[in-house]
Amino acid sequence: MILLPLSHILIFSLLLFAIGVYGALVRRNIIGILISIELMLNAANINLIAFSKYTSLSPETGQIFALFVIAIAATAAAVGLAIVLALYRVRKTVLADEVNLLKW
Amino acid sequence: MPILELAAKFGTYVVMAVILVFAVGVVTFRNLFHCALCLAAALIGTAVIYVVLQAEYLAAIQILLYVGAVVTLVIFAIMLTEHLAGKTIRQNNSQSSLAIAGLLGFVALLTGLILKTPWPVTETALKAKVSVMGLGQALMGAYVFPFEVISIILIAALIGTVVIAKKDDPEEPS
Amino acid sequence: MVTCDQILLVPLLPFLAFVINILAGRWLKDRAAWLSIATSSVACVIALPICWAVFQGAHFSHQGTWLMLGAVPLKFGYLMDPLSATLLFMVTIVGTLIQVYASGYMHGDPRYSRFFAYVSLFMSAMLTLVISDNYLLFFMSWEIMGLCSYLLIGFYFEKASAANASLKAFLTTRIGDVGFLLGFLTLFTAIGTLNFAQMNTIMAGAHGGHATLNTGLLAMASLLIFCGTIGKSAQFPLHVWLPDAMEGPTPVSALIHAATMVAAGVFLVARSFTLFMAVPNILPIVTAIGTITAFMAAFIALTQNDIKRVLAYSTISQLGYMVTAMGLSGLGAGTFHLITHAFFKALLFLGAGSVIHGTHVQDIREMGGLFKKMPHTAVTFIIASLALAGVPPLSGFWSKDEILLAAFGSGNFLVFGILLLTAFMTAFYMFRLIFLTFFGKARNHDVHAHESPALMTAPLWCLAVGSVVIGIPGSPFMHHWFQKFMEHMAHYPEYEPSAFVMGCSIAVAILGITLAGVIYLKQKHWAEAVAKAFPSFYRLSFHKFYFDEFYSAYVVKPFNALGRVLFGFDETVIDGAVNGTGRNTLFLSEIKNWIDKYIVDGAVNFMGTAVYFLNSIVKRIQTGFVQNYLLIVFLVLIAFLILELKLA
Repeated sequence: MILLPLSHILIFSLLLFAIGVYGALVRRNIIGILISIELMLNAANINLIAFSKYTSLSPETGQIFALFVIAIAATAAAVGLAIVLALYRVRKTVLADEVNLLKW
Repeated sequence: MPILELAAKFGTYVVMAVILVFAVGVVTFRNLFHCALCLAAALIGTAVIYVVLQAEYLAAIQILLYVGAVVTLVIFAIMLTEHLAGKTIRQNNSQSSLAIAGLLGFVALLTGLILKTPWPVTETALKAKVSVMGLGQALMGAYVFPFEVISIILIAALIGTVVIAKKDDPEEPS
Repeated sequence: MVTCDQILLVPLLPFLAFVINILAGRWLKDRAAWLSIATSSVACVIALPICWAVFQGAHFSHQGTWLMLGAVPLKFGYLMDPLSATLLFMVTIVGTLIQVYASGYMHGDPRYSRFFAYVSLFMSAMLTLVISDNYLLFFMSWEIMGLCSYLLIGFYFEKASAANASLKAFLTTRIGDVGFLLGFLTLFTAIGTLNFAQMNTIMAGAHGGHATLNTGLLAMASLLIFCGTIGKSAQFPLHVWLPDAMEGPTPVSALIHAATMVAAGVFLVARSFTLFMAVPNILPIVTAIGTITAFMAAFIALTQNDIKRVLAYSTISQLGYMVTAMGLSGLGAGTFHLITHAFFKALLFLGAGSVIHGTHVQDIREMGGLFKKMPHTAVTFIIASLALAGVPPLSGFWSKDEILLAAFGSGNFLVFGILLLTAFMTAFYMFRLIFLTFFGKARNHDVHAHESPALMTAPLWCLAVGSVVIGIPGSPFMHHWFQKFMEHMAHYPEYEPSAFVMGCSIAVAILGITLAGVIYLKQKHWAEAVAKAFPSFYRLSFHKFYFDEFYSAYVVKPFNALGRVLFGFDETVIDGAVNGTGRNTLFLSEIKNWIDKYIVDGAVNFMGTAVYFLNSIVKRIQTGFVQNYLLIVFLVLIAFLILELKLA
């Protein structure tokens, strides 16, 4: 059954993605950046599911792909947060613009 | 029934809008805890969208993993690294204007692309139903290799996380 | 071709003695003399039978190839013909006797063995010269003899006068030697060979009209060869070295400057006799030089006071006689006088050496009355002087008579007259010497004379016997055998013995002796009166015709000046050029240093500075701020997308 036109879902996921990108570029707190990255991954997931539903000849592919993306996203979040913890321990800060030892 | 369909469509649009609002909240709130909560809400909304797209299993997984585990993890990390009470400092850095400009261009560009492209929407795809059994068979059948690789990645991430996050005690001579 | 290869031992043995004495002289010490004398005697023993065979009419020669000049082989060898046999006979005997004398005379000298080494080397060279069969080997021996003369004259080299004298001898004879070298090279150009026998054949053939010769080249060759004689035999004008050569030890004077080396010049003319005969225009020059030399030297000897100097000038005078004889085509006469002169002049020098050894003075004004104290020396000395003065029947009379005969018989009355006058002067100065040295009262009472040891007086007596008898082969007693013997060498005019000539020569000899006796035994003041009466003549005689002063001013000083000029040139121009090159190189390297420092290094440094400058601009991209990088990635991505779309 047709619910929405595919392009609407795609535009929606695009907007979600854009918001995630904005967060990744703009937020100072590193955990905030990680959260934005979760948003981006989520938007990608929505895209995958939508495409698998509307156009794919083997509908499982998209969902399995999305499954894997979720798993990877969880992994990324875990490792990223571990790094943030280690960084906090050393530098006593979680703000991205205060972590600039690689500055020239 | 056409009214049900209409209501369903309308509901879907509403859910999308809510998700977007919560997403904006994620990137805007000063208090990081609020951001995490907004994220949780956005993720739950996304699960609803999955249901609408007839990917029920994935919706369940989404809630379980994302909301249940990832957000929990994020909240743990927030609590470990920040004093919750008190400080509200500026959350946006100096490049917000550039980012907004770029993003607007990006969105405009891609919107145009999306609207222009003739997506090959097929009836068979719309008609197809995905069962959990089918997913399981695909996972163990055609996609067994990525499945195994994922498990390795998970182990690596597990070990890596432990190593990175552990406190640097002075090594006792072994 | 009959060979007598043992003749090669004759010069080789003394050479061996030279090598051993030079290398091992320090250990041989006094035995060095015996080695030299032994080799010399053995050479004598080997040589005499060969000479005797040649006297009987034999003829030996042998040649070996020395080296190849392209396709032409250069052959060296020996030639034993009458001339070389005669001279070999004289050189071996006189040389051995003088070496025996020297072993006594030089006793106690710190460089004893070196002396005998040099004497042996000289003997070797002289013997090679006598038996050599071509001009080149002759010249090589000639040069070695010149070297030995230099070494031996300068034997007491601590004395500046001796060192200077040896150098003077060497340089003066060198001038003659250059002429000699050019001469035989010209000869080679003219006739294509340097071999004596071949030359004689060619010249004889020309006389018979068989071949045409380039008389111009030959004349020049003969004149240049004669230059060698002028130098080595101390003829005018290169006679100046012989008196100064008396600085050497007396045996050296006897051996080299009386008997052998100076005779080598005359021997050269004798060897080249056929050449000289082929260019008759040159002979008057030869005669003239010989006559001038004879007269001039006798004139100087009249006033000299050093015993060795008188003998030196006497030698020069007698050599002039020999050269005159050669110039008058008297090969037999000249060679005869050479032989007899060798004996009595060697005896005179050895006697003078004995006097010096006994009295330790050389000035005759300090001697006197030595007859009783040194009888052997005195008697032998008088015998030799009689021979020199030309008193019959001693040898000198016969040989001098032959020369006078040649002058008279060929019609050169002027030459005859001068030679006669010279004979008078010869007798006079020799007996002046004798009367002042051996007779009268001792003038210097600090001089305590004693006779020399037997080692020195024995050779004196041997030579005295020689002086008496050696003239007999050329005398009427043996029917002028010697002159006929020399005819085998080349044809030369013979003259009938003339009683007139004989009478003249005896007369002037007696006159000279008597006058000397009268003046120097009785009326001493006559000598001073004559000297006062003819002051300019006296001065000319006493100062040796001012030759040394002339040469010093007009030859030596200009050459020294030239040397200084060339030295200055060398220092400023050549060394300046070399130093200039060095300075230029330094200057260039300074420039290069500057270029390297400022331009090359500047470029490199500039590169570095440019990079640094660019870096200071570009490094700002690396903010260390991850979100900046992300933004850049994002924006570039959008840009690529746009580009892709545009292109599509």
